[in-house]
Amino acid sequence: MAFTLNVNGKPQVVEAEEDTPLLYVLRDELGLNGAKYGCGVGQCGACTVLSDGVPLRSCFVPAASLTARKITTLEGLRGADGKLHALQQAFLAEQAGQCGYCIPGMIMAAAALLGVKARPSEAEIRAALDANLCRCGSHNRIVRAIQRAAQEMGT
Amino acid sequence: MSAQLGRRALLQGALVLAFSLGVEEAATQGKGGAKGNKGGKEGEGGKGGKAGGKGGLPGDLARNPQLDAWLRIGADGKVTLQVGKVELGQGALTALGQICADELDVDLARLTIVSGDTRVCPNEGTTTGSQSMSEGGTAVRHAAAEVRALLLSMASAQLKVPAERLTVNDGTVAERGARAGRVGGAGGAGGAGGAGTGAVTYWSLVGGKALNREAQGGVALKAVEARRYIGKAVPRRDLPAKITGEEIFVQDLRPASFVHGRVVRAPSYGATLVEADEAGVARMPGVLKVVRDGDFLGVIAGKEWQAVKAAVALRHSARWRETAALPVDPYAWLVAQPAEEVVIQEVARGGGEAPVRTVEATYRRPYQMHASIGPSCAVAAWDGAALTVHTHSQSVFATAQAIARMLGLAADKVRAVHMNGSGCYGHNGADDAAADAALLARALPGRAVRVQWSREDEHAQEPYGSAMVMKARAGVDANGDVLDWSYDLWSTTHNTRPGGHPGNLLPGRSLAKPFAQPAPRASRPPNFSADRNAIPLYAFPGQKVTTHFVSAMPLRVSAHRSLGAYANVFALESFVDELAHAAKVDPVAFRLRQMRDARATAVIEAAAERFGWGKAREGREAGHGRGIGFARYKNVGSYCAVCLEVVVDPGSLAVKVTRAVVAVEAGEVVNPDGLANQIEGGVIQALSWSLKEAVKHDGARIVSRDWSSYPILTFSEVPPVEVAILDKPGQPFLGAGEAAQGPTAAALANAVFEACGLRARELPLTPARLGALRQEAGPVK
Repeated sequence: MAFTLNVNGKPQVVEAEEDTPLLYVLRDELGLNGAKYGCGVGQCGACTVLSDGVPLRSCFVPAASLTARKITTLEGLRGADGKLHALQQAFLAEQAGQCGYCIPGMIMAAAALLGVKARPSEAEIRAALDANLCRCGSHNRIVRAIQRAAQEMGT
Repeated sequence: MSAQLGRRALLQGALVLAFSLGVEEAATQGKGGAKGNKGGKEGEGGKGGKAGGKGGLPGDLARNPQLDAWLRIGADGKVTLQVGKVELGQGALTALGQICADELDVDLARLTIVSGDTRVCPNEGTTTGSQSMSEGGTAVRHAAAEVRALLLSMASAQLKVPAERLTVNDGTVAERGARAGRVGGAGGAGGAGGAGTGAVTYWSLVGGKALNREAQGGVALKAVEARRYIGKAVPRRDLPAKITGEEIFVQDLRPASFVHGRVVRAPSYGATLVEADEAGVARMPGVLKVVRDGDFLGVIAGKEWQAVKAAVALRHSARWRETAALPVDPYAWLVAQPAEEVVIQEVARGGGEAPVRTVEATYRRPYQMHASIGPSCAVAAWDGAALTVHTHSQSVFATAQAIARMLGLAADKVRAVHMNGSGCYGHNGADDAAADAALLARALPGRAVRVQWSREDEHAQEPYGSAMVMKARAGVDANGDVLDWSYDLWSTTHNTRPGGHPGNLLPGRSLAKPFAQPAPRASRPPNFSADRNAIPLYAFPGQKVTTHFVSAMPLRVSAHRSLGAYANVFALESFVDELAHAAKVDPVAFRLRQMRDARATAVIEAAAERFGWGKAREGREAGHGRGIGFARYKNVGSYCAVCLEVVVDPGSLAVKVTRAVVAVEAGEVVNPDGLANQIEGGVIQALSWSLKEAVKHDGARIVSRDWSSYPILTFSEVPPVEVAILDKPGQPFLGAGEAAQGPTAAALANAVFEACGLRARELPLTPARLGALRQEAGPVK
């Protein structure tokens, strides 16, 4: 079936079977690499995107059920001029990541958090990201990056 | 150090002699400045004896002496470094770039790195064993220095100025003192020859042509004070692409006309496929082909979700004959197996007093997963004559060879190209996925087939880190110090990497004409394997260390970050702690007084001081404990001491680690932030293993099939980790990517003991395990 999604501020007509999870539409139909496949059952957070600003596990929610939502992916965080989002800059500044596979999901979860709380405490950051898994052990750098971004965005 | 070599040489015969020479040689080579830390993970250290090699060339240069294999200088001013080592998220390419730019004298920004392409890169074997710096970095360093020397002599001839009077600034050679400045600017071009008076560029000298020269060795390396990049926290070159969603992971590769493949795996090891509804699934929407070859069952579809659904349908339709018999108690099974017994260390104590007491303890480590966050993936294309596979394999060369043999092709008909994958920490499903993609691609010529494993595939099919049993015994003197040390370990293999053999590829064993898996072999020094770090670094007068190598493997096993070092250091350093407590001596002081290696002593002292170990014990609250663990990785790599503080809940016995302080000495440091990142990550990953992780299985099947049945550490459970680096400019690079694994496990068990008096000798330290120990201990005193 064909339906229209609002992705990163643009309407996108996509053709996919109606039960196709958003993840596969984003990656394969729209060529957006930000959301990653990690588990397919919403346990790891690698596929996190924003749906009306709220974190959404794109790996198991059918895309066709999201036509009324504003979807934001990692790619949508950058400014129109291509400038990196404060979170992306902060992740680079803190060198937050090793393999980097989980990082897009971390950045999206952080973007959702900063959307509702401009200056979260460290404990609030850890709680907000607790269901986003990282295997390399970059957790503390990720927390520092989010703190740095919060500071940059607040000033 | 010398005392140690002497002791070893005394007792170990030829193998040990080779080991000692290896160490000596590394040290000598380091004088010119080989080094390298961090880098590859885990690692079986494929090349055995290494060191010397052809003509005494250092590192991986020995088997790839052609300088053109490493460096290409384009007429356009672009410099390309080609390496066989690959990026695993450990920062290897960033560090290799730093070394190259320094030794070649070019700006880092000018450098492109091509890595892990079997058609163009030097064969550096497998990226393992924390050897990307010690082997790969050393090779790059010498190759770049030789090319620079060659270019200088060419420049000397052209400028008619003696080479000693020439200097290089970003590839522009000019006479010292002359104000030639740079020619052609950063972007390069500069055009042929255009270097102004008295100056000439590398690119005009070479003009894009091959150098056609073998490395000779013996070229002077750049002096410490002249380096611009080595020793600096240069940012990771791969990270920008990863935080913006560029196509950098193999999972992101979507060539034109690509299609999606999925493979349906057997429900248990060795199950044979009785039947599956191939015809029915072939009629499903979007399905292009169902592929069956013996027990290998896969499907290819136009869209990814169609492939997923077709694979689910195929799986539900499949009937298997299951034969697996998994040992419900892997520890009892291990010690009951016929085993090859290898005495890897035997030092007789020359007389003296008899021990006043003998203590003994047995430790256990379960099967544990790599558990990469992104399941394995590969993209392969077959044009009817040759196959190209993009893969996140750590062993592109040997995996390409294994795939060629599996497909019955000449070796040069399979090209493997590395792309980033999710962190692997050893031999995960990467190579199997590459082989899956190859088989499906061959069934559909002309299309690129992308195979993506599911989460369940990765959890259930990946080769695990082997379960192990370690039994330690010590005869001590009146002070509690060790006189006689005896240590036995039981383990299955830690290396079933492809190694060019299709029997080591999961699908290779499933074909109608299956390839048998090669019998695993016990390892050798200096890298060891199951017995990595089984020989204590302490100056215990009498020592005997025996490996009981079990060649059967009921659960699939292979290289897992640090191999046996994790379990051996856990056992060794737990036992040393038990001895310290028995002697009523502070655990740090107890270690130091039996250590004769000054670099080890410095690292232990640095960690203890930074941690504040010396603060009075009385000051701490009930339920709090401190623990220390130390090892020199492989006894030839980095020195690493970990101090942890924990709180154990008196009711639930849940363990919370509240902080970690690490001291590490990795020889000369190429990139201090890269090293710190590896150590921080290593501590956190080892805490996850040691607090939570054990593969669950029943008598036939793996039960850990997702993140709820195999949980790992999460943000709220991760402690702050502080890393102190002891840099040794001028010393050889020592691998550090796996150095923290063992010390962390021991520090944890030791801290838990101090916190609650329970000595956990089996990993992981779950509340249930501690509860059982409390029950055993009886009512609280």
